This record gives sequence, C-alpha cells and structure tokens, in this order.
Amino acid sequence: MKKNQIVLITGSRKGIGRHLSEYFLALGKQVIGCSRSESDLDNEYYTHFCLDVTDEVAVKEMFSQIRKDYGRIDVLINNAGIASMNHFLLTPLNTVEKIFMTNFNGTFLCSREASKLMRKNKNGRIINFSSVAVALNLEGEAIYAASKCAVEQLSKVMSKELGGLGITVNCVAPTPIDTDLIKAVPKNKIEELISNQSIKRMGLFEDVINVIEFFMDEKSSFISGQTLYLGGIIK
Amino acid sequence: MNKINREKISELVFNCIKNFQEEYEQVIDFSEGEQTRLFGGNGQLDSLGLVSLVVNIEEDIESDLGISVILADERAMSRRSSPFSRIGNLIDYIEELVSK
Repeated sequence: MKKNQIVLITGSRKGIGRHLSEYFLALGKQVIGCSRSESDLDNEYYTHFCLDVTDEVAVKEMFSQIRKDYGRIDVLINNAGIASMNHFLLTPLNTVEKIFMTNFNGTFLCSREASKLMRKNKNGRIINFSSVAVALNLEGEAIYAASKCAVEQLSKVMSKELGGLGITVNCVAPTPIDTDLIKAVPKNKIEELISNQSIKRMGLFEDVINVIEFFMDEKSSFISGQTLYLGGIIK
Repeated sequence: MNKINREKISELVFNCIKNFQEEYEQVIDFSEGEQTRLFGGNGQLDSLGLVSLVVNIEEDIESDLGISVILADERAMSRRSSPFSRIGNLIDYIEELVSK
C-alpha cells in the first residue's frame, strides 16, 4: 500500500473512525477527518474539519479546501453513521429522516465530491459502511438496515458509473463492535445477533481495518461494487 | 457581490471546453461559436463526456470566480431547453446562476 496516500475519513472523532485515523497516521498517511464536533487527535499529518456530512454547502467547502491544500484524495472512507433501535410501529418519522440523512445522504454527498477530485488522477477508492443488519433483517433495526441497504445499492451503481474513471466503490459490513453506536442496544440483542454469525464473537476494530486495507490496496483495482460481510455472515 | 458579466463567463466556458478536449480525447468543433451543440441531438459529447465537462466547469467557476455552484440541479434538468444542449445555453444558464 502506498505510504503517501491521502485518506479522508468521515466520523473520525470517535469509534471506528478514530481507530482508522490513528492506524493510518501510524502508517505515515495523510489523514483528513471530519465530524460534527472538534477532534482532540493531535498529529501533524491529521487535518480535521468540523461539519455535518448532511450539510451540502459545508461538505462542498471542505472538498474545495482539500482541493486547494492537497489537490487530490486517494481514499474516502464513509464511516459517519448513526443508529436507532426501535419497533417499526413506534418509529417517529424524524428518526427515519435523521438516520437516512447521515447514513445515506452523507455517504452520497461525500462520495460525489470526492469522485470529482479522484477522477483527475483516474484513481480512487471509496469505501462505504454497510452492516450485518442488512443481511440478518434484524427486528428493531428496520430503518437502520434500510439505510445501510440503500448505501449498498448506491455503491453498486456508483461502481458502474465510476469504474471508467478508475474509482472503485466497495462496502464493508461489520458485525457489532464495542462502540457508542451499539451502547444503547440491549445485551441479549447483541448476543442474539452474534449467534447468527458463523464466527461467534464481537467484531474488533482490526477486523474492519483489515477489510478496508484490502479495498485500498493497489492490487485491489479490479474489485468494485462488492460488500464484504464480517463474522461469516452470508447474505 | 459584483455582477459577473457574460463575457467573462463565456471566456471561462470556451477555455474550459478547449482544455477538456485532451481529457476527452476528441476534438470539439467550435466553428458555430455559441451555437455549437454539446449534448443531445447532434451533440458532440456523450453522457460521460458531459458529466466530466460539467464538473470541470463547476471547478473553474469556483477557482476563477470564487463561486460554488451545482450546474446539474433540478432547475437545469426540468427546463424545456436544456442548458447543456449548446454552448450559448450553458453560458446563459451559468450567468443566471452566478448572478443570484
């Protein structure tokens, strides 16, 4: 993997995004992160933008600044995401809107703007986040799973439209990992979910990083439009 | 914001299309000036060519005029006469967008 890659990670302040940022910084990459709040990640090769990925003007301004400062982006990791567990009958519409805005619209906006930069070099990797909730049709996660299913579908069509520009688009679908995203999910629900996996354990940050590095690898230029489910989940 | 005149936009668009020829790997015939057809019936660009040109023009507008615009928005798509059919239509449309 190239050392001097420029990697943009959304939702980089905490959780998987923070781990990814620290990991790629340790490998000597230039990391650009963004989140709604300021980050305390202090590294000379890290730049943080404070923004909401659903805000089109703010997203365009970030990419405009990246264009001026770096002139390119090699990898976009659309990690920013939110979840809400609720019975379908009890789900307020504004919860649906919030989940889709961040998980789908945010992925769409950042991918669109990143692709404009990537096409110049005829090279780019876009890595989106799906979830095992899509494959497992989890009760209580109708809206979250639907938003991630939309991300998968978006990724498939994007892979076709961007293939000629040298940009690959793939998804990683993690199992539950010990982050804020699942802290409100009851323990028995997590255990039930893990029981559906072929490999019955909680996911680790390293599991996700492994897949992302695989998609980022120069040798993966022939892989696009795919979703890789962790934990031996079969869709 | 100072009003940006049509002449400046026209210069930007023609320069952008001229530079785009290398990327598009095809020569674009400008002999009809602003009446030059870009996209649609007898247009010189295919759909991917149009997408790339539109993105290039958006970038040039931002870098040269300091204005961030989305050219392919709903207004553009719903017009009876497409802003992307001829160079002149495109210039008119950009003038309309940046003067708002």
